[in-house]
Amino acid sequence: MSHPQLNQYTAVQFSRIYGLGAARGDLIVSNDEVAGPIDSSDEWIRQRTGIIERRRASANLSLMDMAVDASQQAIAAAGIDPSEIGAVLFSTITHPHQTPSAAALLADKIGANPAPAFDISAACAGYCYGIAQADALVRSGMAKYVLVVGGEKLSDFIDPTDRTISFLLGDGAGAAIVGPSDTPGISPTVWGSDGSHWDAVGMSASLLELRDGTTAWPTLRQEGQTVFRWAVWEMAKVAKKALEVAGVEAEDLDALVTHQANIRIIDELAKQLKLPENVVVARDIVHTGNTSAASVPLAMHALLKSGEVKSGGLALQIGFGAGLAFGAQVVVMP
Amino acid sequence: MALSQSEVLAGLAEIVNDETGIAADAVALEKSFVDDLDIDSISMMTIVVNAEDKFGVKIPDEEVKNLITVGDAVDFIVGAQG
Repeated sequence: MSHPQLNQYTAVQFSRIYGLGAARGDLIVSNDEVAGPIDSSDEWIRQRTGIIERRRASANLSLMDMAVDASQQAIAAAGIDPSEIGAVLFSTITHPHQTPSAAALLADKIGANPAPAFDISAACAGYCYGIAQADALVRSGMAKYVLVVGGEKLSDFIDPTDRTISFLLGDGAGAAIVGPSDTPGISPTVWGSDGSHWDAVGMSASLLELRDGTTAWPTLRQEGQTVFRWAVWEMAKVAKKALEVAGVEAEDLDALVTHQANIRIIDELAKQLKLPENVVVARDIVHTGNTSAASVPLAMHALLKSGEVKSGGLALQIGFGAGLAFGAQVVVMP
Repeated sequence: MALSQSEVLAGLAEIVNDETGIAADAVALEKSFVDDLDIDSISMMTIVVNAEDKFGVKIPDEEVKNLITVGDAVDFIVGAQG
């Protein structure tokens, strides 16, 4: 049986990040404000986590507001028209509707309607998952430009008396535009998951338990030691693998941008990678807190804004968290 | 060859010193990691991972919470050696 030959997408060779955007919660929340309910202190929190303050969003500032703000900045930085966006990927665990997606609403609000749009549920790995998918969509020719957003309003899902994670958390959104490039700008991604530790970090209960009245409002929890061991020693292997598949050495990097989980995870991970001193290690957590999917783009944006790392520099970015899920790639900073 | 209790204690004390700066001779069998040595959960995990490397043993996450004193850790490591 004969039929006409099908058209397929025409691939492009390379992709890169064109521009970033960042929006943080409008409230600065000090350690003193969160220390009381967990019977702690400013000093204890600083010593254990590196956090001096975290940014949280007031009742009037929604997850969507922050995502729109960050996206519009990224679009402006990229110098494109929103109508050119061929896909919108929104990584979040705090969109308060099971369906429809946050991404579809975001696409409409920023002028990217009718771009395909969907959410990614990979928690703190979500932005790096998004960059991996954007890279694939662009290089395959399926989309010219892709908007990747990592955004969270974690303060809606915390328990002030929880000592495991709540006091670390902040709110914000980071956005990136990925598009075609004449030179390589995004390395292969090393990504994966380990559902054998599904319970190590996540929600305290399901929505069905809430419906049945057997739980209070579900909030975030973690098994700190299990997560710490995985986040440092397993992620060090992932980070080394990402450098290997990118074809670069640690000394070729300008920056290490990890998920901003806890300063001690960041410092121990940097130590395991034996980074030379000239590699800048992002420590945005100190004033922003842990913002899950938003933390990698917020931290990279901060490095560029402060001038600590210049546009064109090489960064290893790595996200890791609930799932457990992880993703890492080396990117040319926009 | 398996190490003796005193050899494991000396090695563990070195690891604790590297991680926390606590003098090695303060790391005695009866000392509690949390109450006496003021070692927090993250430092404890770093000590555990370094002890696994040094002594060639596996210390599962669920076992770590049972290691209350230095002696508990030493006994576990001595018992876990091949």
